[in-house]
Amino acid sequence: MDLLNSLIVLTNFVLVPALAYGAQLAIGALGVTLIYGILRFSNFAHGDTMAFSTTITILFTWWFQSIGANFGPLPTALLALPFGIAITALLMLGTDRIVYRFYRQQKAKPVILVIVSMGVMFVMNGLVRFIIGVGDQNFADGERFIFTVREFRDWSGLEEGFGIRTTQAITVITAVIVVALLFWFLNKTRTGKSMRAFSDNEDLALLSGINPERVVMVTWLIVAALTTIAGVLYGLDKSFKPFTYFQLLLPIFAAAIVGGLGSPLGAIAGGFVIAFSEVTITYAWKKVLVYALPDGLEPSGLAQLMSTDYKFAVSFVILIIVLLFRPTGLFKGQSV
Amino acid sequence: MKKLLMASTAVIGLTGAAHAEDVTLGVILGFTGPIESLTPAMADAAEFAMTEVSESGLFLDGSTVTPVRADSTCVDAAAATAAAERLITSDGVNGIVGADCSGVTGAILSNVAVPNGAVMISPSATSPALTTAEDDGLFFRTAPSDARQGKIMADILMEDGISSVALTYTNNDYGQGLADAFQSAFEAAGGTVTLSAAHEDGKADYSAEVGALASAGGDRLVVAGYVDQGGAGIVRAALDTGAFDTFHFPDGMIGDQLTANFGDEIEGSTGQAPGTDSEGAAMFADAVGDAFDASSTYTSESYDAAALILLAMQAAGSTDPAAYKEMVETVANAPGEQIFPGELAKGLEILAGGGDIDYVGASAVELVDGGESAGNYRQIVIEGGEMATVGFR
Repeated sequence: MDLLNSLIVLTNFVLVPALAYGAQLAIGALGVTLIYGILRFSNFAHGDTMAFSTTITILFTWWFQSIGANFGPLPTALLALPFGIAITALLMLGTDRIVYRFYRQQKAKPVILVIVSMGVMFVMNGLVRFIIGVGDQNFADGERFIFTVREFRDWSGLEEGFGIRTTQAITVITAVIVVALLFWFLNKTRTGKSMRAFSDNEDLALLSGINPERVVMVTWLIVAALTTIAGVLYGLDKSFKPFTYFQLLLPIFAAAIVGGLGSPLGAIAGGFVIAFSEVTITYAWKKVLVYALPDGLEPSGLAQLMSTDYKFAVSFVILIIVLLFRPTGLFKGQSV
Repeated sequence: MKKLLMASTAVIGLTGAAHAEDVTLGVILGFTGPIESLTPAMADAAEFAMTEVSESGLFLDGSTVTPVRADSTCVDAAAATAAAERLITSDGVNGIVGADCSGVTGAILSNVAVPNGAVMISPSATSPALTTAEDDGLFFRTAPSDARQGKIMADILMEDGISSVALTYTNNDYGQGLADAFQSAFEAAGGTVTLSAAHEDGKADYSAEVGALASAGGDRLVVAGYVDQGGAGIVRAALDTGAFDTFHFPDGMIGDQLTANFGDEIEGSTGQAPGTDSEGAAMFADAVGDAFDASSTYTSESYDAAALILLAMQAAGSTDPAAYKEMVETVANAPGEQIFPGELAKGLEILAGGGDIDYVGASAVELVDGGESAGNYRQIVIEGGEMATVGFR
């Protein structure tokens, strides 16, 4: 019984939050990794594009709410999601047409494109703040919980409990669907195969008659869908604030690099590695150990490896270790 | 032009003839810098008290008071020190109202006020470190130290029968100072702080912090943060994971946003924010009228700071800081006739007659611990999703 309690504490404070956070990072990192693999630069505007797409989705959510449309127990934002994706896709194709295409035709070095993407980032930064302001926006509605901690405790009769929020469940389920779709697309469809060919060897792909502009366009469309989904899921689960999205850039890049830039599988693994290490290393294990260990052996201190102040340091330490020993990341992406 | 010159000469001549002395007071506040939106009203309030005293004609045989403003910048200690130096050496002020922010106040105190023997009364510096600063009895403040708030928090929790809490604070001077003050007061009273963990503002995810706090345990979670920043995120995460059901909120968390966000989910939580049930606050607003915004932060404290200096001078019968510094606490505290805003003339008259006054002022001033306001706090309980005031301390 005590072991069960200890497992439940672990689930409530470590497994469930880290799983949801990891899924959000993974979808974000997938977008970064696709751009790196196919367009060959690190897109620093990714975080702010997420903020833009979430902003559009929030506006549509408010509109749906005002005309009384809802999704039953699920958040209305899911209804607005396709509209957010569509407008973000337009914005991305527009940005590519106005900005990136020029540098691609110049065959600019990746580092120049990185700087260009920072410029795009600042423009997006301003755009988002013009549209929705700098403050917090909470747009989650519908049922907040699938079951709460208290309901679980009453149902099981255990001392400890755990709850699952609707948004956490939606995040994980959506992530699984998105990843499955993406892999099916990349591995089974003609367009997906041409994208992979383009990523592996640009010259050979061009020789075999693949249209590069088409590959680039499809990439932006997929990335638009991924950024919107990642941004909206994160905003639903936590809350939306432009500055927070800008800061998300760091863990997302850490996830993509740890997994191996350019490797979709690596992006997913990286997202979970970063999320779990952030939560587990700074977690105080006292409560879990008190339940799990026999009497007399339980720790008197907090059994905390590191104070939560160092939460963000953790992902960077992992990043450094991976880059030192496996510069291509866990899943053999391109070396940075 | 000629007329104007003659008129002003006449006025100067008149003042010289009719009054014993012209007293100048320095008003050093951050007219530029991070709190520049608050300082104009603060300075107006201090000068309002000086005008009231001058116009009564009862101050030191009919002396008048002239304010001299200087810019403390709030953050630049070197600039503030230079400005204060100028006030004393070049303007020859008899006392200083200010400074505003804790950092520059400490710098002016040690670099200018103490070496020159000038009296300073700050209306808004709340750092606990100023309590123990070397001041030769020259420094007072009408704003309470955060150490007082920490003590009051500990008292409220102890009286509620809470002896073990987890503590999280926003990672800046305010949060850290308050958290340290609370922890030492709570532990001195026999309580236990199971874990004191900082949180960064502006993050969306606080599950790691809440996980650690929950594991450490405690009967209540003390959140020394901001209601529209990380504090709200911590409360949200703690409620969602069932880590804590009740909380204690210091002033940074008390706001309409708190009940709008959480409503009855935080039922039974407690808190405190600056506030007084003294009638002085309302009388101050009446007396000010439309002259400036009397409800702006720290205006009452600024009015009280200027009034205290002048009343102390009257009590000592001298504008020499060495003489009147001894009288500041005497006029501020009981026994004596209570003096409210707008009644400075009455106070001056009593003091001139050798009587004793207890200056209450706009912020219910009571100086303790070597000359700082005891601070008045509104004790709050969340009942039915609303903030209810259950008492004042």
